[in-house]
Amino acid sequence: MSAGVGAAGTRNPWLTAEAWRGLFRDRPLIPLLGLLAALILVLELARPGIVSAQWLGVTLRAAIPLAILAGCQTLAMLTGGIDLSVGAVASMAAFVMATLATDLGPGAAIAIGLGAAALAGLVNGVGIGIFKVHPLIMTLGMGLVILGLTSVFQLAMVQTPVDVPDFIEWLGSETTMTFLPNNLLVFVPIAAAIILGLRRSGYGRLLFAVGDNPIAARLAGARVWQVLVALYVISAVFAALAGFLVAGLVKTATIQLVEESVLPSVAAAVIGGTSIMGGRGGYSGTIVGALILTVLTTLLIVLDMPEAARQILFGIIIVAVAAAYTRVTGES
Amino acid sequence: MSAAVDVVGSTRPGLAETISDWGRRNRWTLALVALLAGFLAFTKLIGPSYGPVQIQGLAIGALPIALAAVAQAIVVISGGIDLSVGSMMALTSVTSAVLMKDQSEGFAVVVVVGVLLLGLVIGAINGSIIVVTRVPDIVVTLAMSFVWAGATLFVLDTPGGGAADWFKGLISGSIVSDWIPRALIVLVLVCGVVWIPLRRSMLGLSLYAIGSNRLVAFRSGVDVGRTKIIAYALTGLFCALGGMAVTASTGAGSPVPGAYTLQSVAAIVLGGVSLAGGRGGIVGPIIAVFILQLVRTDLTFLEVNPNFSTVIQGAILIGVVLFGSVLAMRRVRA
Repeated sequence: MSAGVGAAGTRNPWLTAEAWRGLFRDRPLIPLLGLLAALILVLELARPGIVSAQWLGVTLRAAIPLAILAGCQTLAMLTGGIDLSVGAVASMAAFVMATLATDLGPGAAIAIGLGAAALAGLVNGVGIGIFKVHPLIMTLGMGLVILGLTSVFQLAMVQTPVDVPDFIEWLGSETTMTFLPNNLLVFVPIAAAIILGLRRSGYGRLLFAVGDNPIAARLAGARVWQVLVALYVISAVFAALAGFLVAGLVKTATIQLVEESVLPSVAAAVIGGTSIMGGRGGYSGTIVGALILTVLTTLLIVLDMPEAARQILFGIIIVAVAAAYTRVTGES
Repeated sequence: MSAAVDVVGSTRPGLAETISDWGRRNRWTLALVALLAGFLAFTKLIGPSYGPVQIQGLAIGALPIALAAVAQAIVVISGGIDLSVGSMMALTSVTSAVLMKDQSEGFAVVVVVGVLLLGLVIGAINGSIIVVTRVPDIVVTLAMSFVWAGATLFVLDTPGGGAADWFKGLISGSIVSDWIPRALIVLVLVCGVVWIPLRRSMLGLSLYAIGSNRLVAFRSGVDVGRTKIIAYALTGLFCALGGMAVTASTGAGSPVPGAYTLQSVAAIVLGGVSLAGGRGGIVGPIIAVFILQLVRTDLTFLEVNPNFSTVIQGAILIGVVLFGSVLAMRRVRA
């Protein structure tokens, strides 16, 4: 640090490596947006004319459920945890909602879906917060339990057709003015709640405190277990909302609807600059991370990359971005 | 181990004392053995037809999962975790299946050696990335699980390939008595050959040391980075063994990774390996795999809705860890 300050006196500070490192460390959003812009540029060069208002609408629409799930990961990762049950919870909530909607009406079905998700989150939170089960194990195990229970539910309700309510389909798949997907109506309040909550509320500070040093947080009077229980309930409810949006987008619901988004959601949070060790990160980076992953997927499809190459590149990019963060923040 | 005892007490401990000491140290494993015996008895009770053929099936089914569990145990003991176990097994499985297809029986030997080397290399790549970039293990192995899954698709994009006859015969059927499945012997031999010398060597001690406290290990002169890379390489080696067990039992390779990562984590947790590192062995996880497989068999015998077996597996996973942490909390309070 002091070397950078010394160099600033003699040379233009913007040209030193230290200044660049400082930029990455203090304003990770700027290089991330740069990466996103570069990807969009490459996409436009690869297929001129693809970047349009319609493309923007489609991209945002696809990125939003991922961004919400990545929000769940961001919150969990800030406390040093992870929530691998988001896929199962989201699929379960969407499936329950779509199955019950015909008989009970959309309102009640949505409420039951959200309630079931909150219950699953409560179990996660009790296991992690009170019984100190490792979050990875707890959420993996709950993922299995929820998947199994959902398939039992599916067998029990085999007579009932799966029908996503029109309202949810409108929300999940339609766009307004071609570039504003309607799922922004769900996403904007969630994003605002997470970003403002993390910056301004006491609970947000508690999340950082617990992740930074749980013992110090406890000694300072924070009730760590309450923070964690609330966290995993919130995470499950957000996951359920993302599940509804995915069901609205594909206009059907299956018991493994959202499962494939679990690992990308972790990836988006990691790319966005949230540390899996806890205590460092934020949601705005995660949103850009989700956009980067979505644009990258489109780009690789446009470039006609085989599925194999796509997965390999995906993995390499996650490691590279995580390594860049570790380097600039000096964490080990 | 005996060296440590000699240093602590100048007199040699008596036989009874040694046995009780051993029992205390392996309490968890002994409990698992009792649980396994109980499950076997229960299985025989509810399904009187359960006999040698079923035992052989159990051993063949458990073999890849047990090897995955050993792979996971090694890396978790050294303080890491590997979420790419399933993908590495898929990669090594399809590689062996593709190379063995329509080749001579002798060439298959070369393939086996080559795939083992491949396992060591991909494991070492995982470990090296973790050591060089200092990115948390979980992020690196999660990302590398994409990379190895992609590589698997490059090797083989639809299920196919083949396996040499001797290779398939290696794990099917039984040996000496009907009750001793070949697959079990293979498992014991493979794990014994790698694990026993390792456990007794300086390297084995270093694995436990960096898992229980990296800083202390470093200050005691352990090369932490090198040991970590070796731990991941060994995990890759056991994944290669597990992948080849999949090829041998199905006679072909499938590019879709099985649920081995999840099952391996469940087995090591049940098997008494601490996720915090530095504690546990490989016998516990292997027995745990057999127990989990038997639970599945029993649920079929009891005609439980197969979907509930997923629920029960998840519940067992959570229950075991929960039980373990409740015990730990009591110990702290007492």
